[in-house]
Amino acid sequence: MKSSCWNDQNGLFLPEMSLDFMPVERLKQVQLQRLQATVSLAYEKVPLFRSRMDEKKVKPSDIKSLKDIALIPFTMKKDLRDTYPYGLFAAEMKQVVRLHASSGTTGKPIVVGYTREDMEVWSQVVKRGLLATGYTKDDIVQNFYGYGLFTGGLGVHGGLEALGAAVIPVSGGNTERQIMIMKDFEVTAIAGTPSYFVRIIDVAERMGIDLRTLKIKRGLFGAEPWSDGMRDYIEERSGIKAYDIYGLSEIIGPGVGCECECQNGIHIFEDHFYPEIIDPETLEPLPDGQEGELVISTLSKQAMPILRYRTRDITAIENTPCSCGRTIRRIKRIGRRSDDMFIIRGVNVFPSQIETALLRAEKALPHYQIVLDRKNHLDTVEVKVEVSRDMMSDSMSDMDALNKRFSHSIEQILGISVLVTLCEPGSLPRSEGKAKRVIDNRTQGGSL
Amino acid sequence: MKIPQISIFVSNRPGRLHAVCKSLADADINLLSLTLADSGEFGLIRIIVSNPEKAVEVLSESGIVATVTDVIACEVSALKGGLAKLLSTPAGSLQIDYMYAYPTCNQKEIAIMILRFRDPDEAISLLEKAGVQLLSRKELLV
Ligand SMILES: [Zn+2]
Repeated sequence: MKSSCWNDQNGLFLPEMSLDFMPVERLKQVQLQRLQATVSLAYEKVPLFRSRMDEKKVKPSDIKSLKDIALIPFTMKKDLRDTYPYGLFAAEMKQVVRLHASSGTTGKPIVVGYTREDMEVWSQVVKRGLLATGYTKDDIVQNFYGYGLFTGGLGVHGGLEALGAAVIPVSGGNTERQIMIMKDFEVTAIAGTPSYFVRIIDVAERMGIDLRTLKIKRGLFGAEPWSDGMRDYIEERSGIKAYDIYGLSEIIGPGVGCECECQNGIHIFEDHFYPEIIDPETLEPLPDGQEGELVISTLSKQAMPILRYRTRDITAIENTPCSCGRTIRRIKRIGRRSDDMFIIRGVNVFPSQIETALLRAEKALPHYQIVLDRKNHLDTVEVKVEVSRDMMSDSMSDMDALNKRFSHSIEQILGISVLVTLCEPGSLPRSEGKAKRVIDNRTQGGSL
Repeated sequence: MKIPQISIFVSNRPGRLHAVCKSLADADINLLSLTLADSGEFGLIRIIVSNPEKAVEVLSESGIVATVTDVIACEVSALKGGLAKLLSTPAGSLQIDYMYAYPTCNQKEIAIMILRFRDPDEAISLLEKAGVQLLSRKELLV
């Protein structure tokens, strides 16, 4: 155990930091106690969990060890939709102090609730992530996650306040004002979606402002999968260290896990969220180190306990010790979600592969969108790419060559031909600052 | 002798040309010439304006991607063979990306051609040696 991690720079004791360094045996005890309590709470208060467990003839008292979690049925996003709005709440509304909801681009949104204790846990886990990535209470932090129903903005905000940093709750949008604030308010750290920060970088360059000359040292990014290539791009162009914070609204929002300064995977705050990896086909648990779908159970949530939630995120649990000394386990950074994957002419494709191809072709990371369609029984892929001022040329043949470089690079990585369409910056839709990467217009659906 | 020309990247969608023209008009910028090259999905609008520095600023404030390119304005005879004669000078064998006619309303015998050379400096020296009359930015504004 590294004693330095128990103290911040002012020598103050930080008990919440110590949880990251808990001896593994003690951690497992805490996890088991909390799991048993959560299963009992869910069984007693939530009809859906009770009926599912009854069907499988599982009682809360059957959970005698952490391994027994495999007896409990999975929860899917569909379950949250079907019980809209409050069907999965275990607490009474008078106990609930906060409600959030997903943007719900298709059908009904999902609604999540928090008791005061849940809010405390939420701000503490985000704070642990901030401490792990070097944020201090002296930081001036610009938070451009969307504020509102989306959990990103207020979730990170709570952690920043708990840390005692000076928070600028700017929310998303109005890019030029964001840049003005970064400069004038002498911002030292930021938080938001990586795709929006890439846009900020582009606009700053257009305005003649070099972000590397500002005081920003670090950024916490999440709410969408982003590749290592995107991290390199961000770090190089803005001169900051970019860290990955993981989370999902169904579980709590941002703060389910966070990288540490080693940048070698996301530490899961295991005392509150129990991670498992399963084979998405057979649904069998996989051992640490093997890649599969991440499943998370909440261990302390009161308003809305969630058992074995299938996240659709593809990753692996890293059991090897991290050089930071934290004992809580890590997952590999999420490069892909099984939801985002699409099958085109029999080939599995992830948006992150397109991202890598675009970076390779131009050493720039334009905003892009993938449009799938079916013409004459043949699947087609169109990749729309926003052209920045750096990429633009006055010559039509140069623009054709740019288009060919993109399509050639994508074809090399995917092995299938795609149509690349160059379009104006800002013309591709974004929601809550989150990039919508794939539009599937195929009426008959893929072979999924 | 180099003339700053503004090239604008636009998606081939209804209303985009209007958006460009409107932001220039709102800023009191006068369009002296406009040509459009298109590839189906997108187009390049090339304009010569009264105040190019301000035009770039205004366009970029509206989120429109634009760059400045140096072009050359040459006087050629408006009579038969005028352009052929220009291109028969040594400059005619340099790489020319594109050219177009600059609108003039009061000249019957002289036309103005706008040429984009890959290497404008070399083109200028060859054209001047060949005695071709090049117009300055000020002269174009008249
Ligand atoms: Zn670590």
